[in-house]
Amino acid sequence: MMDIYSVHLAIVLLPLIAAIVAGLFGSRIGRSAAHWLTILAVGSSFLLSFSLLLNSLSGDFYTENYTLYTWAISGDLRMEIGFLVDRLSLLMMSVVTFVSLMVHIYTIGYMHEDPGYQRFFSFISLFTFAMLMLVMSNNFLQLFFGWEAVGLVSYLLIGFWFKKESAVTANLKAFLVNRVGDFGFLLGIAGIVMFTNSLDYYEVFEQANFIASQNLHIVNETSWNAMTVICILLFIGAMGKSAQAPLHVWLPDSMEGPTPISALIHAATMVTAGIFMVARMSPLFELSETALAFVLVIGAITAFFMGLLGIIQNDIKRVVAYSTLSQLGYMTVALGVSAYGAAIFHLMTHAFFKALLFLAAGSVIIAMHHEQDIRKMGGLKKYMPITYWTSLIGSLALIGFPGSSGFFSKDALIEAVKYSHWDGQGAIYWIAYLSVLLGVFITALYSFRMFFLVFHGKERMDKKTKSHLHEPPKVVTMPLILLAIPSLIIGWITIEPILFGSYFNEVIYVLPEHDVLRNMAPDFHGSFDFLIHSFSAGLAFYLALAGVLTAWFLYIKKPYIPAIINSKLKFLVNLLEEKYYFDKLWMSVLPKTGKAIGYFLWKQGDEKIIDNGLVNGTASSVRSLSFVMRRLQTGYLYHYAFAMILGLISILTWLLWV
Amino acid sequence: MFQAILFYAFSGLLLAAALGVIFSRNPVHAIMFLVAAFFQSAVLWLLAEAEFLAIILVLVYVGAVMVLFLFVVMMLDINIEEARGGLSKYAPLGLIIAALMIVELIQVIRFRSDGEVLQGFAVTPENYSNTEALGAVLYTEHVYAFEIASVILLLAIVAAITLTMRKRPGLKAQNISEQVAVDPKDRMRIIKMKSES
Amino acid sequence: MVIGLDHYLIISAVLFTLAIAGIFINRKNLILLLMCIELMLLAVNFNFIAFSRHLGDETGQVFVFFILTVAAAEAAIGLAILVVLFRNRRSINVNELDEMKG
Repeated sequence: MMDIYSVHLAIVLLPLIAAIVAGLFGSRIGRSAAHWLTILAVGSSFLLSFSLLLNSLSGDFYTENYTLYTWAISGDLRMEIGFLVDRLSLLMMSVVTFVSLMVHIYTIGYMHEDPGYQRFFSFISLFTFAMLMLVMSNNFLQLFFGWEAVGLVSYLLIGFWFKKESAVTANLKAFLVNRVGDFGFLLGIAGIVMFTNSLDYYEVFEQANFIASQNLHIVNETSWNAMTVICILLFIGAMGKSAQAPLHVWLPDSMEGPTPISALIHAATMVTAGIFMVARMSPLFELSETALAFVLVIGAITAFFMGLLGIIQNDIKRVVAYSTLSQLGYMTVALGVSAYGAAIFHLMTHAFFKALLFLAAGSVIIAMHHEQDIRKMGGLKKYMPITYWTSLIGSLALIGFPGSSGFFSKDALIEAVKYSHWDGQGAIYWIAYLSVLLGVFITALYSFRMFFLVFHGKERMDKKTKSHLHEPPKVVTMPLILLAIPSLIIGWITIEPILFGSYFNEVIYVLPEHDVLRNMAPDFHGSFDFLIHSFSAGLAFYLALAGVLTAWFLYIKKPYIPAIINSKLKFLVNLLEEKYYFDKLWMSVLPKTGKAIGYFLWKQGDEKIIDNGLVNGTASSVRSLSFVMRRLQTGYLYHYAFAMILGLISILTWLLWV
Repeated sequence: MFQAILFYAFSGLLLAAALGVIFSRNPVHAIMFLVAAFFQSAVLWLLAEAEFLAIILVLVYVGAVMVLFLFVVMMLDINIEEARGGLSKYAPLGLIIAALMIVELIQVIRFRSDGEVLQGFAVTPENYSNTEALGAVLYTEHVYAFEIASVILLLAIVAAITLTMRKRPGLKAQNISEQVAVDPKDRMRIIKMKSES
Repeated sequence: MVIGLDHYLIISAVLFTLAIAGIFINRKNLILLLMCIELMLLAVNFNFIAFSRHLGDETGQVFVFFILTVAAAEAAIGLAILVVLFRNRRSINVNELDEMKG
């Protein structure tokens, strides 16, 4: 029996080793060796994580926190590499490795014609490693390492087809937007180090009350609570990574990458890193209501407005991408109301069904020969039954259809918002509650709009494509089925321990007066009861139903109506098509100003002062000085002797008379 | 008192000889002045009871080094007229600096020292022999330095010869290494042939 | 009047300075420069002997002995260089020796 530390190490390092081997020796070991190697590595990681997860279920709580290696010590500040493995990280590890494994298998089918096959496997394995480092970290430094490493892999994978110009633009955009968030994140970590002089989670958490009692003067005499500032800064990092408005702009563009990547990184795992981080930092966030309110408002805005954008998108992957944005907004809302458990629960179910939806979309894309426009699809049901049924399951889970995993997580989340401690707090409460509620309707509308347009209705593709339509091979459909199973049933089993039970004991810290889940617990009498309850009391189910019906009416029953709506509401559609002009703001207004400043600094600061003044100035002054100096080098011996004697005389004079 | 008169007299002669060295236009004259300067120095050293070195100075310097100088001057075909040509344009500056330096050095010696230094020489015991005393330290304490000095002299000999030696065209000389390395087969062939009768 | 250390030091200083002045004054003849250097060494030797006598320690005179040795070697090599120089350039005029000019 391996000891627990070796197990942890194996979980993290196996994908890394596989990534290195597949990446550096990919061409030597060949295609099938590359995918077998990485799949085995990630598969063993998954099995080990999952067995640890099962192990951890016995007993009240489970925490392994230890330092592996001290990297550097600076004063009292220790920079270490260590693991904190508790139920939160175990859940994340299992989800990450499972989805990653599915995506690995799926990739065999999806990428099999691609020349960068081995490179792709290397990257996704490397991503798995980075994500595991992120979730298993026990200190802020390693968290930041994982944070940046997943960002790097995401960058590499969005631009995987680096000959495609739009892909290169998109990965640059993702990278830059993430830098904005990372700047905040780094400042937040710096703030923590400033107050606590420690990077270790537990040491920082112990001093949380101390931080909360401190004030910061940032501008003039305005005083800010230190905890609020730090939490908001940390959350800005989460906004970048988890694509919350207004830093969401990179996620839709990231769909330029291969579809398995969209499923793994930009839907199921990496983008949830922000959510995970906030949940991990719950002892800090709990102490600042201002920060929580900020989180709540940002989440609500994202959940509602990003959903709206999904309605008008025509690219199959972009629709799913906007739904991801909206669902991430939901999780953020849950964080804002201190229902961390609900956020993580939704994160988990979302990981399954969103990965499923993306992979299904990828399957459709393969069948359609890389056509992604849903207006050119339709009636695919009879050609691709497995994809059809799994998509249906995914969509139902997404809209929260009673009984699916999404239902449990989303409904619980909405209930949590309803009964949250913001209850009756005016604007914040209503913004959040209305957003999540109306979001349900919108989610149902765009999900089923896409579903109907792709799988039902008239067959709008051209003849050539149509003749080739068939179900993709087993390596593609098997992950779909494997993901459909948890999408359907995982909610039944896990809702009770995660939300209302003792699963997150000692892991997530909630102030008693914020603890909305604890207040909801007495009303919870088993999963089935929860199901029944939603019919009688919840608005959400009816809204979802209304959304599906609307979609059916508009796109199946009377397909000519959307065009009419479009022409009547020109202004609104324009606004949505321009994505609220966020892209315009980020991509043209800000860069133009930045470019002007940069141009000025380049011309005036860099070229004139630094280049001509300092760098060339040094050289030219040395040059002109040496033109004078070389006159001294006459080559006559007695001149040199004379110089020596002069020196002797001056030293003598100085000693004598000075 | 008598000693002081001798000292001042020979010092004056020494400085005059030195001035002669630096101002004479003809190198041969300069060398002669230099020889004179060495003689005066030897006398002054005798006055200071450094007999051995005084003798050495005359023997080595006047007898060997100065003869070498003279030899070189006469061997080289130096255009005396050209070499004679006047003082350099730096001469006034050099003299000013020299004057300044003399003033400063004398000031250092006379006024900056703490008085204790400005005494007479140490009193030597009866039947003191400078040569014997020097020999006693030279071959015991400083024997390694002495050996090194001999190597330096050897080095100087080798260096001087290597620097000045040259191959003159048309010079007939033996090449001994070539002679030794000769193989008889290259020079001589033995052929068997029938005698003609 | 006792002739002592300071007299010898002063005569040595004057001799040394005269030698230096000689180096400046002459710029036609390399041999004269060499002779001036010999004069300088002589001045140095004066100092050594004076201090050796003043302190009653023979080591100073041993130094003079070695200086004489090295000076002889130096004169031999210097003159050899001079001969080679003259052979190559047909002149020992210091003014024409500006090969070191950069």
